[in-house]
Amino acid sequence: MKEELIVSGRMNHMVDPNLHIWHWQIPLYLFLGGMAAGILCIAALYFIRGREKDYRTAVRITPFLAPGLLVLGLIALFFDLRHKLFFWQLYTNIRLQSPMSWGAWALMVITPVSFIWCALHMRDLFPRWDWKYRWLKELEKFFNKYKKALAWVMLIYGIILGIYTGILLSAFNARPLWNTSILGPLFLASGLSAGAAATLLLSKNKEERKQFARIDLVIIGIELFLIVHMFMGFLASTQVQIDAANLFLGGPYTATFWIFVIFLGMLIPALLEIMELRKFYVPALVPAVLVIFGSFMLRFIIVYAGQMSRWLY
Amino acid sequence: MRYAMAVDTRKCVGCSDCVVACQTENEIPIGFCRDWIVEVTDGTYPQLEMEIRSERCNHCKNAPCVRCCPTGASHVVDGGIVLVTRNKCIGCGACIASCPYDARYPHPAGYVDKCTFCENRVKNGMSPACVAVCPTRCLYFGDLDDPNSNVSVVLKKRKYKTLIPEAGTQPQLYFMI
Ligand code: SF4
Ligand code: SF4
Repeated sequence: MKEELIVSGRMNHMVDPNLHIWHWQIPLYLFLGGMAAGILCIAALYFIRGREKDYRTAVRITPFLAPGLLVLGLIALFFDLRHKLFFWQLYTNIRLQSPMSWGAWALMVITPVSFIWCALHMRDLFPRWDWKYRWLKELEKFFNKYKKALAWVMLIYGIILGIYTGILLSAFNARPLWNTSILGPLFLASGLSAGAAATLLLSKNKEERKQFARIDLVIIGIELFLIVHMFMGFLASTQVQIDAANLFLGGPYTATFWIFVIFLGMLIPALLEIMELRKFYVPALVPAVLVIFGSFMLRFIIVYAGQMSRWLY
Repeated sequence: MRYAMAVDTRKCVGCSDCVVACQTENEIPIGFCRDWIVEVTDGTYPQLEMEIRSERCNHCKNAPCVRCCPTGASHVVDGGIVLVTRNKCIGCGACIASCPYDARYPHPAGYVDKCTFCENRVKNGMSPACVAVCPTRCLYFGDLDDPNSNVSVVLKKRKYKTLIPEAGTQPQLYFMI
């Protein structure tokens, strides 16, 4: 059989023998950003559709998680940077062709919006809350007047942020595993399902919990559909993408991917949610935590496995 | 102007002089390199074929590393040379992940580093350090837009290939086979 032996004299730290430039920081950043995006999109959507009364937790309470998640995400991103002192360069440049730049700016818009959204709902969390200064009260009045516009900004930037977490990776054609446009919608869906799970976790209203179990189910269905499509696309593509798919189909990431992402992160919670809708007693905590965990693992595994996939020459 | 390099894989003996010359000229930290030697052996014993290549950044015409940089630190200068501005680079690593040739590395000081075609030497009419030092003279550097430059001349005479052109990067390192 014809064989090929390639010997390279290069041994650059973090680049050889295969790329490992991104560690836990980037997948954590993508997960936190994606989950916050999911929470804010759902809140904005139900508010715009005037369903705030029925889904009070989703619109008014769960968003309180978002600012924290976003700030933690930015901190994780900051930890990834190796030239930290120059961090501000992200915000003195707008580079339309760079997904990283889009993400940094989307975060810059949505983080303050999420803080404002929470401030408008302080009274829901603390019934006796009142703003101390007059100008804060004026500000609250002002934003309450334009709440609908605020919700639209939140919805649009939430979608941008959610898709961005996938596009950041899919824009790299150097890593065949990432180089599929399915990652955008897949990561958006995964963020939305983590966002829905957060409401499932926090809501005390039975009807609302049921609705969010249903939403989660639908999104898990969409995610599975997208994952099947991703593999079909890979297997019908060039050799490098077939190799990329094989990382999960017999390669080193097979067990982690199928057990943690598909089985524990999607199939088991879906089953539990079906049982709950069929009136069995299932503590909401279990499926919700599993979904959030699965969404986290998905990004982790894709980021790590992607760095193993490469062009050979 | 379009700078490019041609590598004669039939003359290269893989001595790594170009690697050391670059490390010296550009003060590369120990353990890292901007150019490197690849030896490919293929076939079935005893019918073996060997190719030795001196590789570095391809200074791609359609450079993904420049596109994905969020700060504009990675940029293209006159002659198509791809450079990194150190005090604009935040070290996010996006460009490293975007290069199909893995030609970049994170400098221990934090910024990202890569081959510059020795822009400082080239500007002053010299050739890059690797080209100047090669004992077999298998590296050719020059302007592709000028039909009389030594790269243009040698590429007219010889058969050549580029590395993974299917990655869409339009690499400007030509390997004569
Ligand atoms: S070889 Fe890599 S670093 Fe050099 S220009 Fe091309 S993509 Fe960028
Ligand atoms: S590491 Fe530096 S040069 Fe590379 S993409 Fe990030 S900011 Fe740009």
